[in-house]
Amino acid sequence: MAGRLNAQALLAVAAVVLIAAAPLMAQWVKVLLTIALAKGLAVLGIMILLRAGQVSFGHAMFYAASAYAGAFVGRWTGGGELFVLIGAGLAVSLALGLAIGVFVVRYRYIFFAMLNLAFSMVLFSILEKFFHVTGGSDGMRIARPTVLGMELERAPFEYVMFYLTLGLVVGLAWGVRRYLASPLGQALAAVKSNETRLEYLGMSARHALLVGYVLSAGLAGLGGVLASITQGLATPEIAYWVRSGEFVFIAILGGAGTVAGAFAGAVVYEGVRSYAAAYFADIWQMVLGAVLLAIILFAPGGLVGLAERLTGRRLRGGSADPAVAADQARVGER
Amino acid sequence: MSQPLLETRDLQIQFGGVVAASGVNLDVIEGETLAIIGPNGAGKTTFLNLCTGYIKPSAGRVTFRGADITARSPRAITRLGIARAFQIPQLFAEHTVLENLLLAAAVRDRVWNPFRRLATLPARGEMLALLDLVGAGDLADQPVEVLPEGRRKLVDIAIALALKPRLLLLDEPTSGVASAEKFQIMDILANALARERVTAVFVEHDMEVVRRYASRVAVWNTGKITHSGPPDEVLSDPDVRRDVIGL
Repeated sequence: MAGRLNAQALLAVAAVVLIAAAPLMAQWVKVLLTIALAKGLAVLGIMILLRAGQVSFGHAMFYAASAYAGAFVGRWTGGGELFVLIGAGLAVSLALGLAIGVFVVRYRYIFFAMLNLAFSMVLFSILEKFFHVTGGSDGMRIARPTVLGMELERAPFEYVMFYLTLGLVVGLAWGVRRYLASPLGQALAAVKSNETRLEYLGMSARHALLVGYVLSAGLAGLGGVLASITQGLATPEIAYWVRSGEFVFIAILGGAGTVAGAFAGAVVYEGVRSYAAAYFADIWQMVLGAVLLAIILFAPGGLVGLAERLTGRRLRGGSADPAVAADQARVGER
Repeated sequence: MSQPLLETRDLQIQFGGVVAASGVNLDVIEGETLAIIGPNGAGKTTFLNLCTGYIKPSAGRVTFRGADITARSPRAITRLGIARAFQIPQLFAEHTVLENLLLAAAVRDRVWNPFRRLATLPARGEMLALLDLVGAGDLADQPVEVLPEGRRKLVDIAIALALKPRLLLLDEPTSGVASAEKFQIMDILANALARERVTAVFVEHDMEVVRRYASRVAVWNTGKITHSGPPDEVLSDPDVRRDVIGL
């Protein structure tokens, strides 16, 4: 158990170091990785809901609402300050998460999924139809904001966004892990397995789910505002249901219900997507579909499940080796 | 005599044409172990549902420690001190036995700090002791999914006890359990009730269990309490023997 935990921690640290060092070796990956990690935050939100057995096909609404909040604040303040933009995006997504959450946590399964989808499509329509305010399908440009009052060139700004996103990912991944291990987080699995008993402990299943929902909305929002500031653009397309589906896709690819899976899935997804788009321009969705099919068929635990199986085997192999050798020696003696 | 712990006054409920309760007046006295017996479908489980707010009576009132709880939710009633064990154990299937109890303790103690691990709650020792008390200490780290029915029943009861209730409502604690195990479960239960000083109401079909473990018996028939008294007296009543026990 402890050995496995250490192996996991080691793997996580190695992954973070590798990602942190990647742009130093190949500059072009930093934007790709920033977007991947930002998406990973939204996927982490999906993971939280998966713990309660619920799937949202509408979390792109928080991703988009937050991006547009950042864009508006940027417009109103003439470029604005990075941390103000992020704060605005986070605040809007949390508030929206609470408002919509109060309603949707009354529902489960297909109804929960579809209600989220419906809300997200309402937002999509608003963003696209109110073009005099939102810029319609062209979206809104987000001018490069100052960072703590400093105006940065493009390259340093991209570095700031990359390391800021990475830092947030590390902190939030740790935080969400703790939350999931706490009674509130464990109550999510209880919502999934037995709501009646939860009520008869004196706890509201809806409240437990609402906490998870607002948190997941905040994570999706944070991802959205970070990605949009990095790209300098917020478009209605990021509120479209396909984007919500993408988050769920990545969650399954990474390993449903695990924190590490959210980011492993996001990084692999963005990687596969950009390579597939470059080499198989017309059929890149098919390549992604094939990858997901392969994962579902051969590694239902996702990338994390796959890694656990590999490291687990290696661990067991490593620690058992001397004992096995000794046993075999003894058998040989007899 | 002191004020009853739980009082029901003129409880009424019917489902379609079936009258489950028509003017039920039943008092539960602090410290007693009350058994409710009656024919199948008489409404005994409905009574537990009414007392815990799972269903609302069409008329009548439920009072717990002097407070009207008729319109309260199961959640609110549980917080007031009424815990429930179910005929079909209601457990958290994805958790271990100990985690099931720790969740109960966390809700009881309102531990909502998101950075506090469930596994290291201060109540951990207390919950392990409780598991020992119900003879399931060796099961602490077992996933509840793999347990046989008798053990599941005990864990269900332990979850209810973990809430430190004033009143424990049990729905057929020995149903679905091998007859050899029946008295073992009831011994454990009686011991735990005495240790924790919990008042209990249990619905039961097995008259031997009722005779041995109840301090009072109430007979529920055709939506009313028809008899109430010490087990020997009630169980030897000719009407009860004919209508309920089937002798």
